Amino acid sequence: MARITFQKLEDHSPLFWGMLGLHAVVIAIGLGAFFYMEHHGHIVTGMNNAIVWGTPHVFAVFLIVAASGALNVASISSVFNNLAYKPFARLSGILAISLLVGGLMVLVLDLGRPERLTVAMTTYNFKSIFAWNIYLYTGFLVIVAAYLFTMMDRSMAKSGKATKFMGWFAFAWRLALTTGTGSIFGFLVAREAYDSAIMAPLFIAASFLYGLAFTVLVLLTMCRETRQQLMSEEVVSKFLNLIIIFALAVLYFTTVKHLTALYASEHHGVEAFILRDGGIYTQLFWLGHVLVGNVLPIVIAAFLSGKGKLFTGRQGLAIASVLAILGGLSFIYVTIIGGQAYPLELLPGMKVESSFLDGQIASYVPSVPEVLLGLAGISIAMLATGIALKVLPFLPHGVEAEG
Amino acid sequence: MSMKFEFPEPSREGAVCGNNFAAGAPGDECATASALPASPPADLATPADPVEVGRRWFLKAATVFTTTVLAPGVTLMAFGEVDGANAKPADQPVSSARRWGLLIDAGKCQDGCSACVTACQVENGIAAPTHPATDSQWIRILKATDPENGSTFQMPIMCQHCAEPPCVDVCPTGASFRRADGIVLVDRHICIGCRYCMMACPYKARSFVHEPLHDQKPYAPRGKGCVESCTMCVHRVDAGGMPACVEACAKTGNGAMIFGDLNDKTSEIAKRVATYRTTRVRADLGTDPGVYYQNI
Repeated sequence: MARITFQKLEDHSPLFWGMLGLHAVVIAIGLGAFFYMEHHGHIVTGMNNAIVWGTPHVFAVFLIVAASGALNVASISSVFNNLAYKPFARLSGILAISLLVGGLMVLVLDLGRPERLTVAMTTYNFKSIFAWNIYLYTGFLVIVAAYLFTMMDRSMAKSGKATKFMGWFAFAWRLALTTGTGSIFGFLVAREAYDSAIMAPLFIAASFLYGLAFTVLVLLTMCRETRQQLMSEEVVSKFLNLIIIFALAVLYFTTVKHLTALYASEHHGVEAFILRDGGIYTQLFWLGHVLVGNVLPIVIAAFLSGKGKLFTGRQGLAIASVLAILGGLSFIYVTIIGGQAYPLELLPGMKVESSFLDGQIASYVPSVPEVLLGLAGISIAMLATGIALKVLPFLPHGVEAEG
Repeated sequence: MSMKFEFPEPSREGAVCGNNFAAGAPGDECATASALPASPPADLATPADPVEVGRRWFLKAATVFTTTVLAPGVTLMAFGEVDGANAKPADQPVSSARRWGLLIDAGKCQDGCSACVTACQVENGIAAPTHPATDSQWIRILKATDPENGSTFQMPIMCQHCAEPPCVDVCPTGASFRRADGIVLVDRHICIGCRYCMMACPYKARSFVHEPLHDQKPYAPRGKGCVESCTMCVHRVDAGGMPACVEACAKTGNGAMIFGDLNDKTSEIAKRVATYRTTRVRADLGTDPGVYYQNI
């Protein structure tokens, strides 16, 4: 195989600057939204004492899950020694870091007392999965940065041993990280919609899909920016296959999760709510998560993309990735908001009511500041990636595109 | 409560009071006036020995007075250990020898009564909720209906002060903590407002302060961006008192709430828990709540 060479972004198109500018504006607006919420309190959000985690958490968790998945490509090249993915390993690493930073920013800025971040970083309750996650997140940033260093340092990259070791380490860590993220919900015994060990593998499968989708979209954007074909047809085909596999995995764990819950009559209420009677949550589950997020990407990748088909491989990849991301946001929304909207079972078998709205489906409408803060998280990740690609050689050289 | 009261000669004051009522005189000003019935009993209205009538009337009045004014206090002391001797010295840590708890008899919790809720709000400086979804509610009245037969009851529900509190387990900074004596609290100095404890609590017992607050009570620190819940009126308990809700419930005469040390086998709460069939809300989750319920 020919020696892989890497490049920084140079000779920028107006589109590049336009996108960087757009992300900067979104971040500025998001910060404005944060200050607004911080000043007035969460009363200006759609959140309440039943839906305590709202849209910012949806974006934050989605980005954190996607971050660990974005490392897939690097892991496949280092851990599973698949050389076809090696040119994209650096991009995979920097994208993973950027997405995690974006997600964490949103998470922190949605705290009731964000100025106490130092408390969260210095005062730990080690029985808390949240506290473990603080280590998992910061550890991920450090480990992936070190992994990138082993890839980019000439002497280390030459021998390959350090890269392989760090690749394994980062792979194990990212599995732990997503397990931890899924377990934030899986450990909640009080909430019927969660409280299941399957949340961890479900989140891992989802992370593979969403991380790959982000990687693919950034790569396709960079193909346009560099006016080079960074991905060969073979790689496009591999990515399409990976989307099929990961989406099938997500569907499998989703099916098992709900079938298991449906088997126990005590969970029929919450399952009926999510799957049948939950209004927006039911729609987002079936249309957003299942159809748009998984079934359509599978159909597009498996049957509609490639030579002589409805879409070219690259078009199919782009469409499937966008759909996977939209479906992913739906999945996290249903999981986080829908799971909280279903009332706690205080007295099983009894109907209850109170001034605190016990026994009722909690209402939640995302407020504009929440959405803006969440979007700012995505923009932080994209802006950081764009700047990183300009500053350091993370992108492989490709074949000059025709035309 | 029965009372024997030896009184060989009617006192002057008692006779005067009785005679005034017997005569139907308005504006009786004796100290027990408020405790006396508005009109004399029928047996006292019949012509009889005026001294005997006066004495019987005084004894009845005294009994009514004692029962209505003094008995609740005596009962509170017995049930709630309000004497100063039980106050925890400020320089000493709490001890696990005690486990403070509540016993709530839903059978005595009267429909429409929310004295415990009002007392909690007054005591802890919590405004009556105008926005039920976002305002803090440390204690609320839960109305339950059995869909099978339509029977209903109501009961107050608040932080259950679990021995295995999920809120404490999940709190990343340790701001949610359980004192050795069983009271679960939030340290407002290190609460970062992540709300994970609210996700974990099976009782919806916690509230997030959604907007700026003013005029907080010095012993009940509260603030925007932090999570809060029932403190079991820890400031009162440490001073040898009882939670405001329990006190208010006793004052209504319902006596549906008892506060005390579950570890003290001689305490009223421990005796009742040992004697009667009690239930703890979602005990199946293994949280070992410190709040017991009867008749639910």
